[in-house]
Amino acid sequence: MKLDEVKIGGMGASRKRVEDNRFIRGKGNYVDDIVLPGMLHMEILRSPVAHARIKSIDTSAAWDMPGVRLVLTGEMMAARNLAWMPTLSYDTAAVLATDKVRFQGQEVCAVIADDPYIAKDACGKIVVDYEILPPIVNPVQAAAADAIQIRDDKAGQVGNKIFDWEIGDKARTDKAFEDADLVSKIELHYPRTHPSPMETCGSIADYDRATGKLTFYVTSQAPHIVRAAVAMVAELPEQNIRVISPDIGGGFGNKVPIYSGYVIAILASILTEKPVKWIEDKTGNLVSTGFGRDVYLKGEMALRKDGKILGVRMNTISDHGAFFADAQPSKFKIGLMHSAFAAYDIPTAHMFATGYYTNKAPGGVAYRCSFRVTEAMFFQERMVQAAADDLGMDQAEFRRVNFVKDEQHPHRTAFGFLTDSGQYEKCLDIGLEAINYKNFEAERAEAAKRGRLLGIGISTMTEPLGAGNSREYDILGIKMFDSAELRIHMSGKAILRTGSRGQGTGHETTWAQIVAHELGIPADDILVEEGDTDTAPFGMGTYASRSTPVAGAAIAMVARKIRAKARKIAAHLLEVSEEDIEWELGRFYVRGNESRGVTIQDCAMAAYSNMPDGMEPGLENTAYYDPPNLTWPFACYIAKVEIDPETGVWDVLQFVAVDDCGVRINPMIVEGQIMGGLTEAYAMANMQYQTYDEEGNIIGGNYMDFLLPTAWETPGFELYEVVTPCPHHPIGAKGVGECATVGGPAAFVNAVVNALKHKGVRNIDMPMMPNRVYEALTTGKDIYGMPPVRSGN
Amino acid sequence: MYPSRFAYESPKTLKDAIGLLDAAGGDAKILAGGQSLVPMLKLRFAFPDQLVDINNIPDLDYITFDADGTLRIGALVRHEHLEKSAEIAKRQPTIAAAAPLVADPIVRTRGTFVGSVCHADPQGDWAATMIALGGYIVAQGPKGKRKIDMKDFVLGPYANALAFNEIAVEAVIPAPKGVARGGYLKLERRVGDFATASVAVALDMQGETVVGAGFALAGVGGKTIDANDAASALIGKKLTEETIAECAALVAAKAEPRTDHRGSSEYKRHIVATFVKRILTANSTQKAA
Ligand SMILES: Cc1cc2nc3c(=O)[nH]c(=O)nc-3n(C[C@H](O)[C@H](O)[C@H](O)COP(=O)(O)OP(=O)(O)OC[C@H]3O[C@@H](n4cnc5c(N)ncnc54)[C@H](O)[C@@H]3O)c2cc1C
Repeated sequence: MKLDEVKIGGMGASRKRVEDNRFIRGKGNYVDDIVLPGMLHMEILRSPVAHARIKSIDTSAAWDMPGVRLVLTGEMMAARNLAWMPTLSYDTAAVLATDKVRFQGQEVCAVIADDPYIAKDACGKIVVDYEILPPIVNPVQAAAADAIQIRDDKAGQVGNKIFDWEIGDKARTDKAFEDADLVSKIELHYPRTHPSPMETCGSIADYDRATGKLTFYVTSQAPHIVRAAVAMVAELPEQNIRVISPDIGGGFGNKVPIYSGYVIAILASILTEKPVKWIEDKTGNLVSTGFGRDVYLKGEMALRKDGKILGVRMNTISDHGAFFADAQPSKFKIGLMHSAFAAYDIPTAHMFATGYYTNKAPGGVAYRCSFRVTEAMFFQERMVQAAADDLGMDQAEFRRVNFVKDEQHPHRTAFGFLTDSGQYEKCLDIGLEAINYKNFEAERAEAAKRGRLLGIGISTMTEPLGAGNSREYDILGIKMFDSAELRIHMSGKAILRTGSRGQGTGHETTWAQIVAHELGIPADDILVEEGDTDTAPFGMGTYASRSTPVAGAAIAMVARKIRAKARKIAAHLLEVSEEDIEWELGRFYVRGNESRGVTIQDCAMAAYSNMPDGMEPGLENTAYYDPPNLTWPFACYIAKVEIDPETGVWDVLQFVAVDDCGVRINPMIVEGQIMGGLTEAYAMANMQYQTYDEEGNIIGGNYMDFLLPTAWETPGFELYEVVTPCPHHPIGAKGVGECATVGGPAAFVNAVVNALKHKGVRNIDMPMMPNRVYEALTTGKDIYGMPPVRSGN
Repeated sequence: MYPSRFAYESPKTLKDAIGLLDAAGGDAKILAGGQSLVPMLKLRFAFPDQLVDINNIPDLDYITFDADGTLRIGALVRHEHLEKSAEIAKRQPTIAAAAPLVADPIVRTRGTFVGSVCHADPQGDWAATMIALGGYIVAQGPKGKRKIDMKDFVLGPYANALAFNEIAVEAVIPAPKGVARGGYLKLERRVGDFATASVAVALDMQGETVVGAGFALAGVGGKTIDANDAASALIGKKLTEETIAECAALVAAKAEPRTDHRGSSEYKRHIVATFVKRILTANSTQKAA
């Protein structure tokens, strides 16, 4: 009676998500659900203007209000050396403004009161006198010779430039351009967007003076990093800091950084000796916490007549806002931007990246992406389409000619990454077949008769997921490994803890499936717990699609350690030597005598009741996993769109997604991730951005301006799969949480631009709102979306 | 949501409600569906001392057609009610076309038609519809009822002609001489979005001849735009390519769009003309009843 792996909820089982039991019943336990005795409430007063010198702050009327316990200003923070904090990109960011405000929405004061109403009322009583300074809302303004300096607080800072950074072989690439038959060029902007999780940021700081212990409840994707950072910033001993990240209502990269509100709440709790809760409102989340993208590209490709890419040049300019606070763990200034073209076999490439300060919110988080990989893949696929068009070559064929072939793996990319597996052409072929690519031109002609414009767009990419490996990736010096701790109880049930943190991503379900796969313990018998630094092993958290590649691997490894010990116990129980023991799912048996065996549950019981002489009792272990490489999933997305030429409105007629994320642990969850990712891709392509007007006012600070698509307009997605196991991951899995957000946007943009190709249009910046499409269509010109925009009606 | 402090009253009669408004002397606000007011409270754009909730007043939730065809919509009729009404679908095409385009399905279950007209959002759909239909509002105050014609009702953005102690109890749309036709088109970025541009067209047709026409626009000006003058291009005429084009140009000329992140003023004006054409063309090909 062999165990059926799918029945016990092992690998490949589309097991229903166990966490949904509480989520869909409204029984989740989020930060705001936690109520502590005597808890106070904090509200932040934000700057209404983008750039101004603070002449004075009068908090007296706020202090006078009944129920107000504490009013904090930048000056008071400075007295405790907490007015500024370090960022994850080795810059500093203001906690509360002291000298100037540098973006609209910046934290200026905080009020701590008996209830949130009083706190908010009191914020309204604070009088801040601002001397308005000219705002800078794009890198061109930032780079101007007469531009006002935003970061005049930084010694040695010249102008508004943050960095120049380059990678690749410049001389060789220059040569490739000299030898080219044709050079294809494109310029575009990947606009600023925001992860906008359903639950905003928030925390409760609970400092107990008697014990010296700080318990910090925070909606964080990386609770252990928070503990390390708090220890550093607040100078508290690490053993006295307990960070609890309860259920998370979505993260998408927004909940990796440490925000001002957290630091202020901790100080407020220390000063008031009461728990202090801070829950950001939606606008606060949109205007001040980690945004995504905001990068400009000048891309050039050296081409040979037959379609071969000879070399690539990428020039990126990134807008980082007021503080360089990109949340990314690499030593590369612009993250993994140079993962571009990893799927293509190009001889040489060179990238030059420049970053600027502007009067916009800081952050630059990896919104559902591994540190600028989204921009990299978007730029790559837009360049690929432009090049194919410039050559007059079919866009699918152009990709085929330039793909890295399956047998070329492992393959060193022109920018130095090592891709290790993939079947790119196979994925492309499945996609083309599914969308009936052969028939497209006939369809296009047919639609033209009805006065409609059809377009088809392809996006193919392999992206590096799952930071890291410890050689290249660290956060504040801490290396990017992850961990798992597995305890098998005597009944054969188990508890698994990891250093990652699920955020609606299904960890409680999939992690148990990995254990079930390795040990044959039914997934339902395994409790998964994450997010409490006092109980979970140290880990770097969840982002960059790293949970399965890193923590998932650690889970397989810890289960294998358990199995190794169980094997010894089995030998003891079966009274044979260990070498004579065979393993099948859930059971050890005597070689040559299959019926004589013991289950993993038998071994668990024996570990507590009948262990061999000299063996340590118990059946538990911990594994730390440092991945040898990133994982490289591949995806092919194809969109077919129809444009109404009278309005510029475009609709998606069909969307095909072929994803190869290696071995799928829970296919249903994988598909959910892809659907969600494509929806976000569609949002960015169609409607969503955060832009700024001339005064530096943010357009996109509420959900009437910052648009999230609903089920209503989101197109259907057809999903296909290819499985190329990751060669170095213990169960062959690759990351998948971000593929669709990363690769999706270019499919939509390529499709719309394809529909307007005959007008000479080569680019429309996202979001491709109807007015932009209409303008491109009627003028034949490219649409460039650099802010400022005119706001208000 | 943490609005500033307010008192809350929930009167059971119109008389009590009006009494409360009167006593508050301008510091009270009526709460109907709350779909505009509550967001304003949340953002502290509105900070009334008192809310007078009219949801518990009986007999305000009705859609009726008088014998002569006059349509009456009570103050507590929700958008969804209009969207699902078979009578409206049959007899009032402009409202029927607009209803599913107002906000999103969730908001439509709470928000009221009359509340929306009172709110006078320049991007709101119902004030435009009412202007095109030549409707009026019945206001009730301490001294009784009065009619306020739609062309006098919307004073500006978020400003209407009601006195502080008056409640809009009913919206009235006069009966057509012939058959009511028309439509509503809206350019929005996604469901639940306010209009980038929207066009309300109300036609009164006898056979193939237009005997009455009304036009109004939302999203393309500082307030809801009355484009009823454009009726001159159609009255007494049939809907032909020429009359449609002339009318569309007249309506578009009335728009006062501003260039912003939703598009240039030229684009929005073009959308207005396109939508007028589309609605009129759709009506021209329909067989006259
Ligand atoms: C997400 C969202 C999307 C939306 N999208 C759209 C859209 O696309 N198009 C659109 O037209 N609207 C839209 N709305 C607004 C919605 O239609 C509101 O329901 C409507 O504007 C107001 O109606 P209400 O009953 O909710 O009024 P309330 O919010 O209760 O009141 C609005 C204002 O009118 C006053 N008022 C209400 N009733 C009366 C009365 N009987 N007499 C006198 N004064 C009164 C109130 O005092 C208040 O000042 C949207 C709202 C939301 C939240």
